[in-house]
Amino acid sequence: MTKKIFSYLTAFCISAIHLVPFYLLINIAFKTTQDTSSRWVPPKYFYLQNFVDVWTQTRLDLALLNTSIITIGSVATVILVGMLASYPLARLPTRFNNFIYTLSISTLIVPALTVLVPLYKFVVDIHGINTFWAIGLVHTTFFLPTVIFLYTGFIRTIPKELDEAALIDGCNRYEIFFRIIFPLLKPVTASVIIVIMLGVWNDYRFSLFLLQRPSVQTVPLVLSQFFSQFQNNLPLAAAGSLLSMIPMTLAYLFLQRYFISGLAEGAVKG
Amino acid sequence: MIDKHERSLSILKKNTMSDTKGRKNPIKKFLDSPSSLNLMYIPALLLFTLFIYFPITQGIKISFTNWDGYSAHYSFVGLEKYHFMFTDVKLRRVIVNTLIYGLGSTLFQNILGLTYAVFLNGKFKGKNIVKTIVYFPAIIAPLIMGYVWYFVFQYKGGALNDILIFFGKEPVDWLASGPRAVWLITFVNTFQWMGVAMVIYLAGLQAIPKDLLEAAEVDGASGFYKFIHVTIPLLMPAVTVSIVLNIIEGLKLFDVIMSMTAGGPGSASHSMSTMMYILYFSRQDAGYAAALGNLMFVMISIFGISVLRLLRRREVDL
Repeated sequence: MTKKIFSYLTAFCISAIHLVPFYLLINIAFKTTQDTSSRWVPPKYFYLQNFVDVWTQTRLDLALLNTSIITIGSVATVILVGMLASYPLARLPTRFNNFIYTLSISTLIVPALTVLVPLYKFVVDIHGINTFWAIGLVHTTFFLPTVIFLYTGFIRTIPKELDEAALIDGCNRYEIFFRIIFPLLKPVTASVIIVIMLGVWNDYRFSLFLLQRPSVQTVPLVLSQFFSQFQNNLPLAAAGSLLSMIPMTLAYLFLQRYFISGLAEGAVKG
Repeated sequence: MIDKHERSLSILKKNTMSDTKGRKNPIKKFLDSPSSLNLMYIPALLLFTLFIYFPITQGIKISFTNWDGYSAHYSFVGLEKYHFMFTDVKLRRVIVNTLIYGLGSTLFQNILGLTYAVFLNGKFKGKNIVKTIVYFPAIIAPLIMGYVWYFVFQYKGGALNDILIFFGKEPVDWLASGPRAVWLITFVNTFQWMGVAMVIYLAGLQAIPKDLLEAAEVDGASGFYKFIHVTIPLLMPAVTVSIVLNIIEGLKLFDVIMSMTAGGPGSASHSMSTMMYILYFSRQDAGYAAALGNLMFVMISIFGISVLRLLRRREVDL
């Protein structure tokens, strides 16, 4: 019995500690700029003006739209390219294909960020700065290793007899992929979508380099401007941060199971 | 590697087809052969070549020049940038910071993640809520996470200083000291990602067969002994994954630093990534930035691969 109480007490303390920063953020976002009471104290009035101001004074709406476009585009492309690449790599493990596989996966250990300078130059050269397609392709490339790793691992667990049976039934090799293998990839695709969606949606490093014009900027870029712009109006910045967290938080609360197992699977990539 | 069965199948298929259609053109023939499937990874290879391998070679080239990052003219300066890099006193601090971000966060995330996982592996109601809450920061943009904690550590009106003032102490400017800022950023990074370590360990713990632990219990092992000699060895695959992932991510740390201190005060809390950004965009020294990128590339690869090797050796098979 005392052990049970101890467990509940610990669970409560852990939860409370981990919620503190968000509790403070909410307090700040709902207070007026003139309110100098401690951030620990919730406001004693109901005040939404910060949210209204942030929405009308900045282009957060445009940033949300831009981020959604980039995220959806990148997720779709990386899944398509990754899925296609994984099938031969999983099914025809010749020496050459194994080399290609290792080459693809090794970019997981090699950090993407270190090539940012030449990458930036390359994107400038192909006139890709401030375009959605360029940032989308960059996201696609840097998430490909994870996707190829997850899909190849999964396809290897699908019995080969399935392919052979389809071959006898008259499918050609590509039909086998699209008709037999593709539908079986649904569960792993759920994790892939979540891992990449979070990565692209929250990305700051690539966007900072590749998206400089205000009209194409993403949510993290716009928020980083809030904080320099509203240095003396932090409630506004807090409201902006809170607004930007809504989409992913909602997705997390509804699809929690997939998020947690998805990231864990995505993590198991070494 | 096509097995005999499949080969005979394809021969069978080919025979029946040649019966009906006679000779086939070579393209169709290639498309029917299993190796034509390799066409499917061409798009992926193309992307890797364009956006990773080609930039890597360009990065080496740029690091030997004095390019400013935008003009068309530059000249080769040989190893000058590397010479400068290895004699730059300020950079030493940046490298040490990077190591603290990488190794420090890894250490804390894994110790805390494992502790939480062991706790949540017990039986009590509401443990899923705890899991949801601890994991939540992992879905927030690291940049925003930094801002959220900035409200805690801020000098004027910061939540932490409010507590100090409440207890009659002098407020502290937490982020004004470089070394302290580095540890606070490490803490924030730990706070954000420890939930992922926790989930990986929780999955690892749940995969340990119950009968092994029961057998140890029958042999009279204490709880602590069981943990060290049964649980930990069986958890090594999870440890490997979690540590390698954390080291690579930690050494690359960028967003949180930008939002909490932007590398300041001075350049005291820069990591190599944020330093690269400043060198390229503010100081317009692309050659130096590229050289730093190459150093980081080598450093992270060495750390990642050697830690992976070291840990893999400690994994046991069931």
